[in-house]
Amino acid sequence: MSLNKDAVHLFRFALLFVVAFAVFLVVRHFVVPKTFGEYGHYRGAAIAEIAARPMHFAGHETCETCHADIAEAKKAGKHENVSCEACHGPLAKHADDPSIQPVKIDTTVLCIRCHAESAAKPGGFPQIDPVQHSGGVPCQTCHQPHNGL
Amino acid sequence: MSGIEGYMYPNETTLYWSVLIVLYPYITGLVAGAFILASLVRVFNVKAVAPTYRLALLTALAFLLVAPLPLQLHLGHPERSPEMYFTPHSSSAMAMFGFVYLWYLMAVLVFEIWLDYRRDIVLLAQSTTGWRRTLYRILTLGSQNISPRSLAIDHKVGWIVTIVGIPSAFILHGYVGFIFGSLKANPWWSSPLMPVVFIFSAMVSGIAAVMLLYMLTTKLRNLPIDMPCVDTIAMYLFYIFILDFSLEMLDLVHRVYEADESFRTLNFMVHTRLYFSQIVLQICIGTLVPILLLAITQVKKLTEIVRKRIYAVSGCLVLIGVLAMRWNVVIGGQLFSKSFLGYTTYKVGLVSKEGLLVAIFLTILPLGILWALMKLLPPWPEKEQGPVPAATPAH
Amino acid sequence: MNLDRRHFLIMLPAAAIAWKYVLAGTPEASPNYTMTDHWWSMLIDIPKCIGCGNCVRACAAENDVPDGHFRTWVERYHVTDWHMESPEVISPDGGKEGFPAVAESAGGEEGFSSASADAGKYFFVPKLCNHCADSPCTQVCPVGATFISPDGVVLVDQSYCLGCAYCVQACPYGCRYIHPEKRVADKCTLCYHRITKGLTTACCEACPTGTRRLVDLKDPNDPIHMFLKTHPIQVLKPQMATGAKVFYNELDGSVR
Repeated sequence: MSLNKDAVHLFRFALLFVVAFAVFLVVRHFVVPKTFGEYGHYRGAAIAEIAARPMHFAGHETCETCHADIAEAKKAGKHENVSCEACHGPLAKHADDPSIQPVKIDTTVLCIRCHAESAAKPGGFPQIDPVQHSGGVPCQTCHQPHNGL
Repeated sequence: MSGIEGYMYPNETTLYWSVLIVLYPYITGLVAGAFILASLVRVFNVKAVAPTYRLALLTALAFLLVAPLPLQLHLGHPERSPEMYFTPHSSSAMAMFGFVYLWYLMAVLVFEIWLDYRRDIVLLAQSTTGWRRTLYRILTLGSQNISPRSLAIDHKVGWIVTIVGIPSAFILHGYVGFIFGSLKANPWWSSPLMPVVFIFSAMVSGIAAVMLLYMLTTKLRNLPIDMPCVDTIAMYLFYIFILDFSLEMLDLVHRVYEADESFRTLNFMVHTRLYFSQIVLQICIGTLVPILLLAITQVKKLTEIVRKRIYAVSGCLVLIGVLAMRWNVVIGGQLFSKSFLGYTTYKVGLVSKEGLLVAIFLTILPLGILWALMKLLPPWPEKEQGPVPAATPAH
Repeated sequence: MNLDRRHFLIMLPAAAIAWKYVLAGTPEASPNYTMTDHWWSMLIDIPKCIGCGNCVRACAAENDVPDGHFRTWVERYHVTDWHMESPEVISPDGGKEGFPAVAESAGGEEGFSSASADAGKYFFVPKLCNHCADSPCTQVCPVGATFISPDGVVLVDQSYCLGCAYCVQACPYGCRYIHPEKRVADKCTLCYHRITKGLTTACCEACPTGTRRLVDLKDPNDPIHMFLKTHPIQVLKPQMATGAKVFYNELDGSVR
């Protein structure tokens, strides 16, 4: 009784904490995403969202469904294991709608990136000095990349 | 890219933790240190420093209120920060922040201040008018009981709060040290000593800040400085500083001796990019000089005016030195590459969200808040206000 | 896979179909994919890398990676003689446009292990997120915005991330960055949106020499198992004990 009268302010202060905690629990229930904790301490729905991102590269198997002849020719040459988009760039848009033309390749830039001679590259890899080899002439003048050599 | 020396991983060239992340541990350090000074009175019965008790608590509160601001300004999405309350990741030291902060603010600092000031609040609720009266009445939580018994209960509970507050203050600031110290990826930060060094340098900075504020506010009130009080504070500052310096030197000596794979790159960084802030500012000007000055006051008998000057100078140098320490930890840890093959530079923006002007503002803001708190909850009895020698009688 | 790739791709722009599965929140419901059947990883065959930078460009195109930031990059090492502690490393723009040519050193035959003592050796090291099984980056995230998926890919939930950059600091490999516009953490996702549909990652697709290969450790038919048995395999920074899952064949000891 006497204790209550002299300590009532303390109980009121404690009450503030209790009320705040209760409000916190209520808000938390509405705010935390429903899929949180589904697979671990994260929002489970995030996985599907990330998996649903758009693609820019079609993948060589897709190219081969239409361009089977080129794929066959490539198998006989040195570029057998080089996928189509490694040189032709991202082509998912073209695969969706073939009327969209792929960007034309500039062989003087593209081929050089792999085949320019450098002491840093593995010795067995085919390398040439661009100036001495062709003096700036586009590579496809003499070479057919789809058939390797 | 300019400012890069040697090789850095391509994603490492930008610093992501800016000067605001330097400020945050500095501010919470001041909070913890000020509270420790207050606890000297409450728990350890060091009566000599009693004149600074309330000032220390108000200082802690003023800085604590500003502490989340640098963090909010740094976050890419501050509007999502409540996520730390709703889905805290238990393995992350940073997730503790929200809870430790709230606990320390409400269950320790505000609670203790309220208990100590409750009598004054009730009296002020009765004697003031207008919005002030409303404010004080709210703060009384509806109870105007200031009987001796209720005050005795307050005093006892306040003592328990302070006891709980000491480890709470250590956690409030120590967890920041752990945030850095627990990262195995960064050899400049990774160390079990990190939280300990942070806590001790926090105590040093907080004590120095309250000492300086006490000396300043007393001068502004045209009153004589209580010399036994500042002498005692300076003594505690000195001894805790010795401990802090020893810990930092232990870390340094250990690194130099073991000389592991990171040593060469860190050593080079300290001697070049970090030379001014680490060797000159933190160690020489910020530690060795104040320790030396304070040592002189401990061994030699000096006049009051000389001691006051030494305390003022030492206090300022300490504050600069501890800020430099935070800079060296946070910025230094990002200046070198984790490949140990290169370095980058940190250019502080001037007007950007995380720039110098914001940093300066955030350092001054707590002082403004402290001024307002001192007006609202005067730390010293009214009859002490007024010019020396004769105080005018209270109306 | 027996899905007709071309027909499936034509379905893609019809986002409504895909969204049905996304909204259901169950990736298993999207085409024939069960997460727990897979444990994704990557194999990098160092002797095959020619430093062409195709992978860096392909990743940037596939994932809209902002300029100056890299989900994958290639480093070129030059190690002189026995000085393994101080290799010369460069990665100009992450290797995106390849590397400057190195002239043949005097007395060297074809650029690799010359007889001359100080010519040293060169090699390329492609790097990316190691999708660590005990990743320090997911450990430190304060809210659970970054995590390892049940199929072994470390991902970032960019609608939950605060952008505090703690994960960026915690990664020992430097593979994370804060996206300048989205202001959240970003990094290699192992092209999760591709591998869950039976395709390979953009970097593996674009690699002309077979240096990079996507690997499914839970697939008993994956050639990785034989490869691991027959080659010396390393991970980056093994002393960090991160459970890194990107395996390197013939990684030199000088690699940082």
